[in-house]
Amino acid sequence: MDDRKLKAARQFIEAIPHSRALGMVLDRLEDGVAVISMPYDARFVGDPQTGVIHGGAVSALMDTCGGAAVMSHPTGVIGTATIDLRIDYMRPAKPGDRITARAECYHVTRSVAFVRATAHDADGERPVATATGAFTLERAAEGRP
Amino acid sequence: MSPRVKPEPVQVVKERRDAALKALVHGVPYIQFLGIEFDRRGDELTAILPFDDKLIGNPLLPAIHGGVTAAFLEVAAIIELSWSLVWDEMESGRLDPRKLDPDHLPRLPKTIDFTVDYLRTGLPRDAYARARVNRSGRRYASVHVEAWQDNRSRLFAQGTGHFLMPERDAAPNG
Repeated sequence: MDDRKLKAARQFIEAIPHSRALGMVLDRLEDGVAVISMPYDARFVGDPQTGVIHGGAVSALMDTCGGAAVMSHPTGVIGTATIDLRIDYMRPAKPGDRITARAECYHVTRSVAFVRATAHDADGERPVATATGAFTLERAAEGRP
Repeated sequence: MSPRVKPEPVQVVKERRDAALKALVHGVPYIQFLGIEFDRRGDELTAILPFDDKLIGNPLLPAIHGGVTAAFLEVAAIIELSWSLVWDEMESGRLDPRKLDPDHLPRLPKTIDFTVDYLRTGLPRDAYARARVNRSGRRYASVHVEAWQDNRSRLFAQGTGHFLMPERDAAPNG
């Protein structure tokens, strides 16, 4: 994806009110793969005794990243919505670390997109969480039954 | 049979239960960030997510962000499960809710996995959720949660989560 398109996609995602509220930044977007990260923020803490980010905030990041991956699939996608999303929490994210999600739209049918995603903190080797999801897929008008 | 004990005054019972619930909910920054509140009727909880512009995921419709929906369901599930653990401790007198604060919360269950089904678009209105603990074992629990907006029978999302139970050691407040 060229710089101009990436910039437009970045502005689109960063204009989503909730994505902006969580400070999400689009780091990469091309051909069905999206990388989105969000900063550590004391307001997103789920366990006040350890300072670990709430799973729900990680879910929001995964969902946004999954949707972005679908939108960037090279088959002319014009709209998507999550059908279901399953998140597995591997370990607590390290307090203070930025969280980065990478989602890949690995298969599409005419109306469904399948996505898997992984989230990391500063340690890129051991995932914090993984996710799989199905998304609706709307394409530009083409002989619908 | 033990001799009959005079029932506690209703106000004392309510204050104790409301204090415990408040400690559970208000101690978690992310729950406050999303603005989630809980309504209590006896031991039954309803999670409430008042609509706010910062919850929007699709500004054109507008619709609630799918991530907000997921977070709302997960919060409703984990609070329901925690509440069921606190309830027995509290009603038996082993735990004094007045001594609970963010630094002295009971150990909370940890999410192992969580699955959300998106059934309808989340409209720009308040949302409600109720969770049901279907299995609460010594180490693992399974919780189902349903969320709706205008009509209780028209769910806009449902979810199931598995949780790792906190280790049962001495109560944190002694």
